[in-house]
Amino acid sequence: MNKEAIKELIYKMADDAMIIGHRNSEWTGIGPVLEEDIAFSSMSQDKIGHAWALYDVLHEQFGEKDADKNAFSRSEKEYKNCQFVEMPIGEYEFSLVRHYLFDKAEWLRYESLQHSSYLPLAQLAKKMRGEIKYHVMHAETWMNQLALHGNEESKSRIQSALNESYPMALAIFEEGADESALINDGVFIGEQALLALWKAEVSAFCARIGLSLPEKADASNYLGGRKGYHTEHLAPLLAEMCEVYLLDPSAEW
Amino acid sequence: MNESLDPRVNRLDDLHKVAGEGEANTHWATYEVFHQDKRGKQVVHVGIVHAPGPEMALVFAKEQYARRKFTSNLWVVKSSEVYTYAHEDEDIFETVPEKTFREPGFYKVRDRIEAYKNKITG
Repeated sequence: MNKEAIKELIYKMADDAMIIGHRNSEWTGIGPVLEEDIAFSSMSQDKIGHAWALYDVLHEQFGEKDADKNAFSRSEKEYKNCQFVEMPIGEYEFSLVRHYLFDKAEWLRYESLQHSSYLPLAQLAKKMRGEIKYHVMHAETWMNQLALHGNEESKSRIQSALNESYPMALAIFEEGADESALINDGVFIGEQALLALWKAEVSAFCARIGLSLPEKADASNYLGGRKGYHTEHLAPLLAEMCEVYLLDPSAEW
Repeated sequence: MNESLDPRVNRLDDLHKVAGEGEANTHWATYEVFHQDKRGKQVVHVGIVHAPGPEMALVFAKEQYARRKFTSNLWVVKSSEVYTYAHEDEDIFETVPEKTFREPGFYKVRDRIEAYKNKITG
């Protein structure tokens, strides 16, 4: 197996989970309703748990830094999350639609990884299954509520959030450097295959709740995250996220 | 820029922006939540949630009542759908105390069961 390609795959998954987990935790205290405030906070903790587990695989299997150090003491360029997850939380509809599009992709990615020939990933995928399934269920319930059972305002706000975030979401599937090695070794079905699955499910769901996907959607403005190129939003996020850790990196927690 | 290390403090402006926009909540219905910790076991009432519909009520119920304990399933029932006695009829549950013949001990069932057990286990 191509160890470098696997490492790259795990890094981007871990960083996606870490950054979206931190972003969505920003709803703590200011959610639209109390229960949703709790839901976003609770799912953020799930995501950070996923990131921790993936960083731990990197530590145990690849000799990378331990999970805490890896999460909190890298430079911006070393984070391989997609740009979509680092975007500010915006209004609630943006966070909700991002939550749906991102978690749908996570669900399909982890579903496929259950059959990965790389066992640590296959085992993690099975372990995280329930949480990610619920994340999608949560997102779909809200989308359904606001787009199909809401009013004109809620529907149009969800539609415009979808128009805005769909091209960003396409960049989740930016390919790694050695995608074919992962595919040939049976580690991962590959970003293109995943994208096709995701598009089919997202368009079916959106059609069902009366939303239309933007006709011309182009990911090119949002690519580069997987290579360490980020928007101006990541640096302030990292500064906030790592602030306490960096006060004393040797502290025992 | 606030010097606090608590990010929530630095987002207080957002909080003030959001406050006062919560009027719509008052139109939501109340749902009774029932929790089941194991398949086949009884479903126990644990509290209520407010939600715009049954699907959302289930999502909220999961957050409120299933995060910190083993859960096999949850039920939600719209409170207005629950058929109950009126408060003023509470007195129908009061029973006159002089009725020991209604209590199981009166029949000395236990003595007979014990006697039977002793007989078969010898």
